[in-house]
Amino acid sequence: MGKLNEKIIVAGFGGQGVLLLGKLLSYTAMYSDKNVSWIPSYGPEMRGGTANCNVVISDEPVGSPIVTEPNVLIALNRPSLEKFEQILEEGSLLIYNSSIIEVEPKWNNGKVISLAASDIANELGNPRLTNMVAAGAYVKASGVFTIQELIDAVPHVISKRFHNLIPLNIEAIEKGAAAVS
Amino acid sequence: MTEKVMMKGNEAIGEAAILAGCLTYFGYPITPQSELPAYLARRLLKMENGIFLQAESEVAAINMVYGAAGTGKRVMTSSSSPGISLKTEGISYIASSQLPCVIVNIVRGGPGLGNIAPAQSDYFQATKGGGHGDYRLIVLAPASVQEMADFTMLGFDLADEYRNPVMIMGDGALGQMMEPVVLKKPEIKKYNHDWVTDGAKGRGQNLICSIYLDPAEMEKYVHEIYAKYKIIEENEVRYEEYLCDDADYLIVSYGITSRIVRTSIDLARKKGIKVGLLRPITVWPFPTKVISEYADKVKKVMAVELSMGQMVEDVRLAVNGKVPVEFFGRTAGVLPSCNEVLAEIEKLV
Repeated sequence: MGKLNEKIIVAGFGGQGVLLLGKLLSYTAMYSDKNVSWIPSYGPEMRGGTANCNVVISDEPVGSPIVTEPNVLIALNRPSLEKFEQILEEGSLLIYNSSIIEVEPKWNNGKVISLAASDIANELGNPRLTNMVAAGAYVKASGVFTIQELIDAVPHVISKRFHNLIPLNIEAIEKGAAAVS
Repeated sequence: MTEKVMMKGNEAIGEAAILAGCLTYFGYPITPQSELPAYLARRLLKMENGIFLQAESEVAAINMVYGAAGTGKRVMTSSSSPGISLKTEGISYIASSQLPCVIVNIVRGGPGLGNIAPAQSDYFQATKGGGHGDYRLIVLAPASVQEMADFTMLGFDLADEYRNPVMIMGDGALGQMMEPVVLKKPEIKKYNHDWVTDGAKGRGQNLICSIYLDPAEMEKYVHEIYAKYKIIEENEVRYEEYLCDDADYLIVSYGITSRIVRTSIDLARKKGIKVGLLRPITVWPFPTKVISEYADKVKKVMAVELSMGQMVEDVRLAVNGKVPVEFFGRTAGVLPSCNEVLAEIEKLV
């Protein structure tokens, strides 16, 4: 296995929890003693309902925290898929939320995972779990961490008043991981 | 907090300031630094001696800093490019009055109102004065969230040591990004405070001002300040070297840009190009001497920065014509990719 250098874009609608998903991956990386950076989009691109964040997880010190040449895309809605699949490197990992993205990705130059993230979240009773389903799927598909390492980081990114929902978040992560063969 | 936590650069500055004993803050919000005053508002207003004040303008905020600094208390303000422009009159007064304080500039794309994306195009403003008259700020340029915290603490020490305003020059990316950071409470030295204006009870009067109507008297005073700057230039130059020992080509780059350059250097080395990085940590005082020494050994020097070419002028002064000095910059809020910088390195060969 080569040196770890995950250049991740997580993107979706505002409210789908893309920033939190990025944070969860970042905390997991920090507790696994990896170099990591997280940066949200905070410029004009966040107007108009889409949100994204960039996460870099690396064995080396992180160079640019801003990802211009991603090798991982987690797209939770269609505009995000169509915008960022254009800049994916060859051999990348693409996970897209097939529950609400009704088109196939045009990009087919690496590993493509169709994940019914919103459906799985709805089955668990809360569409806001979509991000956790996607996190579980990403970790399973990439093998960057163990699912247990991801689960251990959950309490660090969920504010205390929602800690009663931790078991449900963990269930969503496990369902997301199980959806990846 | 002595374990690793994920924090935004802006918040790390806030917590570091508190740990360094700065419980007094005046400011006015502007993106991309607003998380810093927001963080300090949450923390300082809960502390018995904490003072957090959102002023009516940047001009008011910097003059509040001027007043508070005169009492010898550790005090901070922060802003982003256009806001710092508004503060420069006050900064000149503070520098002239030789008062310690820390000023944070989370630089954004300009000129003018510009945008809120990362930039380094305030280099001239930060290092060449910015405001009117002969004066210098000590300017620290962090390149990580950890350094945003560490240099804030260092900044307060340098400000007190030399009775001089210190600027932390970050950028929109460093302010907005989260990275693991360890925050340790520093030991704070006792500094001589016999100059403060905190009420003359039991002692003679102290006067802090920046008006000297007699030109001869003012010139003598400016010379005194410049004697201090000379000591700062001798003692406080800080920089980091990366793969410079055998380098044929030297890149000079600071702050967020230096991280991208470092990745590009790793890629260039794999292609057999012997290239190294010299990263100024203090952009004033500038690491002139070490760059001049490298100019005797390398074939070319290149400055890489987020501007149309500002730091490159200091690099040229340091190299002094010994070897060619090239420049590569992106500006107005655009960051180069590591492959873009790599292409520029390949052109040097």
